[in-house]
Formats: sequence, C-alpha cells, structure tokens
Amino acid sequence: MSKRKYLAGPYLVWSAAFIIMPLLMVVYYGCTTENGSFSLENLLALGDPIHYKAFGMSLTIALASTLICLVIAYPLAYILSKYARQSAGLVVMLFILPMWINFLLRILALQMILSNTGVINAVLGFFGISAKRMMYTKGAILVGMVYDYIPFMILPIYNALVKIDPDVVEAAYDLGAGTALVFRKIIIPLSMPGVISGIIMVFIPSVSEFVVADILGGSKILLFGNVIEQEFNVTSNWHLGSGLSVVLMIFIFLSMAVMNRTGTEEGDRVLW
Amino acid sequence: MVKAKTFIQKFYVGLVCFLLYAPLVILFICSFNASKARTVWGGFTLHWYTDLFQNEEVITAVTTSLLLTTMASLTATLLGTLVCIGMTAMKRRSVKIIEATANIPLLNADIVTGIAIMLLFARFISLGFMSVFIAHVTLGLPYVILNVMPRFAQMDPNVYEAAQDLGASPVYAFFKVVLPEIFPGILSGFFLAFTISMDDFVVTYFTKGPGMNTISTMLYQQLRRGINPQMYALSTLLFLMILILIGISNRLSEVQMKEVRER
Repeated sequence: MSKRKYLAGPYLVWSAAFIIMPLLMVVYYGCTTENGSFSLENLLALGDPIHYKAFGMSLTIALASTLICLVIAYPLAYILSKYARQSAGLVVMLFILPMWINFLLRILALQMILSNTGVINAVLGFFGISAKRMMYTKGAILVGMVYDYIPFMILPIYNALVKIDPDVVEAAYDLGAGTALVFRKIIIPLSMPGVISGIIMVFIPSVSEFVVADILGGSKILLFGNVIEQEFNVTSNWHLGSGLSVVLMIFIFLSMAVMNRTGTEEGDRVLW
Repeated sequence: MVKAKTFIQKFYVGLVCFLLYAPLVILFICSFNASKARTVWGGFTLHWYTDLFQNEEVITAVTTSLLLTTMASLTATLLGTLVCIGMTAMKRRSVKIIEATANIPLLNADIVTGIAIMLLFARFISLGFMSVFIAHVTLGLPYVILNVMPRFAQMDPNVYEAAQDLGASPVYAFFKVVLPEIFPGILSGFFLAFTISMDDFVVTYFTKGPGMNTISTMLYQQLRRGINPQMYALSTLLFLMILILIGISNRLSEVQMKEVRER
C-alpha cells in the first residue's frame, strides 16, 4: 500500500528538474547583472519607455481581443446550448475544431486574406474600391488574436451553459419572471465560471503573444512578447530578457489570482 | 416573431462559422491553384503537392515533429499516469502540492516556459532534440494528470481490495481491475498531450537551438520568408490528418461509452 507512493517518484524528479529549476533560472538571471551581482535593474527596466509602451500595447490589445471574443462567443455559446443534445455535438465540434489546427497555419490563412494582394482587397477591387493596407496594423494583430483564440472562449462558456439545470430556468418563468430577468438573474450568474475560464484562456496567451505581431504586424508594432523575444534572439541580453519575463510572470499570476477570486465566488471553474 | 428569432440565431451561428472557416477554405483552394498569385485562378494542379514530397526541409521537419510528438506524449502519459497512481496513496496536502506544480506550465505563459527551459539547457547542457523533447513532456503532463486523476476519484477503491482478497497479486489486480477503469482518462490525456505538442510553436522556438525544425517552426520561417504555395499543400494535408485523428478518437470514445452502457 505505502509502496505505491513511490510511483510518483519519477514525476517528482521531473518536475523539480524541468518545472521548478527552469523557473528559478529565470528568476536568477532576472535578478543578476552580467557580472553576476544581485540587482533589480532588469525588473525595473519595465520603467524604460520602450518597455512600458510595449507592455501597454500588449495589455490594450489583449484586453480588446478578450472583450471581442467574449462578445462574439457568448451569444454563440448560448444559441448552441439550446440545441438538442444530439445535433449539438457536431455543431459544437465545428467551432472547436480550429483549436487543433496548427496555430501558424491559421495565421497563414489570415495573411492570405488580409495582405495587399489578398482576398479582401481583390473583392474590394472588383467593386472598384481601391486597395486598403490591412497588414502590419494594430487591427491585423487584433483580428489575428481573435481568430486564433475564440474557440477557447466558446468552449468553456458553452460547457457552463449546458450544465444549467433547465428546471431552474423553468421555475423562474413559473414564478413570473420575464425573459430579460431570467437572463440577468439566472443564466448570466450560472455561466460566470465558464466566462471566467474563457477570459483566462484568451487573455493569458494574448498578453504574452509575439508570433501574431511578428507576422501580421510585420515587426512594426512591438508587443511585450516581441521585446522579450528580441532580448534573447537578437540582442542576446539574457539578464534583461529574464527580468522582463519575471515581470510578465508576476503580472499573469496576479491577474489570474484576481480572476479566480471572482470565479470561485460564483462556483466551480470549467476549464475543459 | 419566433420564426424571425430562429432565423437570426441560425444566421449568427452560420456567420461565425463562415468567418472561422473561410480563411482555411481559401488556403485549401490555393493549394490546388497553378498560379502563385493568391487571387488569380491559374488552373487546377497537384504540382505543389508533388513538390512538397521532394522538399527535404519539409520532410525532415515532418519526421522530426512526428517522432518528437509521439515520444513526448507517450512519456508524458506514462509519467502522468504513474504519478496519479502514486497520488492515490498520498495525503491530501501532498496531492494538492503536486497538482499545483503540475499546473504551472499550463497556466504560465508559453513564452516564459520556453525561456525557462532554454536557460537551463543552454547554460548546463545544450539545446537540441533532447531539450525540445523535455519541454514537450513538461507541457503535456498537466493534461494527462487532469484527465487521469478524476478517473481515480470516480473509482470504487473497494474493487481493487476485493480483487486482492480474492487472491490477485497487487500487480495483477491493477492490470485487471484498475487499469480498465482509468484507461479512458489515460487515452484522452494522451490525445491532448499529443495535440498540444503537435501544435506548439513558442516553447519549441526557444528550446530547439539552431539547425532543428518541427512543422511549426518550419512554417514560421516560411511565413517570414514570403509566399510558398507548398505550405498551402502542407496545411491541407495536416488538416486532413487532424480530421482523421479526431474521427478515430471520437470512435474510440463511442466504443467506450457503449461498453460502459452494456455493463
């Protein structure tokens, strides 16, 4: 019986070596200078205009993409949740399928549509409207993020909505509540855990994003992820890159703690 | 009134679906387009597909990806399942701590996970297949644990003990009684670890070092270089592969459901 515990051994070694150790390395590099002395200058480098502007840009775009995803996904998940069980499976699958398609492939598809010689401009040209430059703008990055992450918003909200007991809704109607009241007092509060999961699953990858900005933004718009990436792959300043990574990590865990607090008040989380 | 409402709902579902799939469909169509231009139809061709199979770079990346993903997801499944078995014999507090550490790579930004593992390997060992493999196992582990652990929670612990009371050795009892119960969880954990590893770009990008490419990192290089219709062909093939994989996993879970119902 007690021997069974030892089966966890390999995993414990693994997580100590490849989860905990690497994070300590980031913190170590982030809190030291090139000559190895302790310093907080790499963390405080956030105060540098290039860095905080990139951080602000990341935050703005991430918040905007999360909000747009929520606005599109909530009504969709609500409609889908009304479908009869049997037909719903396939339709829901249709909206989740893009999650399994390689992330870069989806960006490639978007690039084809948005580029100067792309599909949208061809359609505009057909109607005699002059071509619009859509690539390498903030809008393109935003579209890219919404397109990439929206399935992560649809799924948890749908899961939360399906779990709502129809009897509860019916009881509210029987007691004389109108559609709007039922929606406000029952549907929305009970779907909150799903909304929170969705927000976390869209916001976190968005705020640390650098690939979408790299390709659809053409390296013209710097996000915080781009700044960190360049510290490692262009300027090779591991200490500064690590310092900024620590800042990002702290920010993510703080925002998650805030979200989870609001989430647990409403009930259990529905991640998958 | 009711009719208008259902129409609006259907229209909305259709519209979102259209927006999600239109870019992909255009990508697939372009993979058969003889013209390199994206908006001119130059006639039907399989040219890009035949080119693709002669492209060394693509073939190496695809084999590396398949090998890496298979090895990483199998290792993650094994380690994850073992730790779940171990956790059933532990105190609640230890279980909480293990689950919390396992969730770190799941909740942390990929860029930080990638950089962290990169720092460890670049400093003490070296970057290459090994570091990517280890990173991918680490990424897959939380998904395996999240899928296997609930199975243990649902299981009646008395069954395992009853099997032993009836003379089965612990190992025999495990394979005959416990494993069939948790197997669906192991399977879905494996599938998730597999897709996470296959889809990953960010972590691979940081941990791979020079001279190695997976499908994702190769696509990235190609995307930065400019248009190459061979990539459209590759995309179409990958999409088909995903459809087949999902078909298989759905089939498997259907069979499982049936077995459960028949019991």
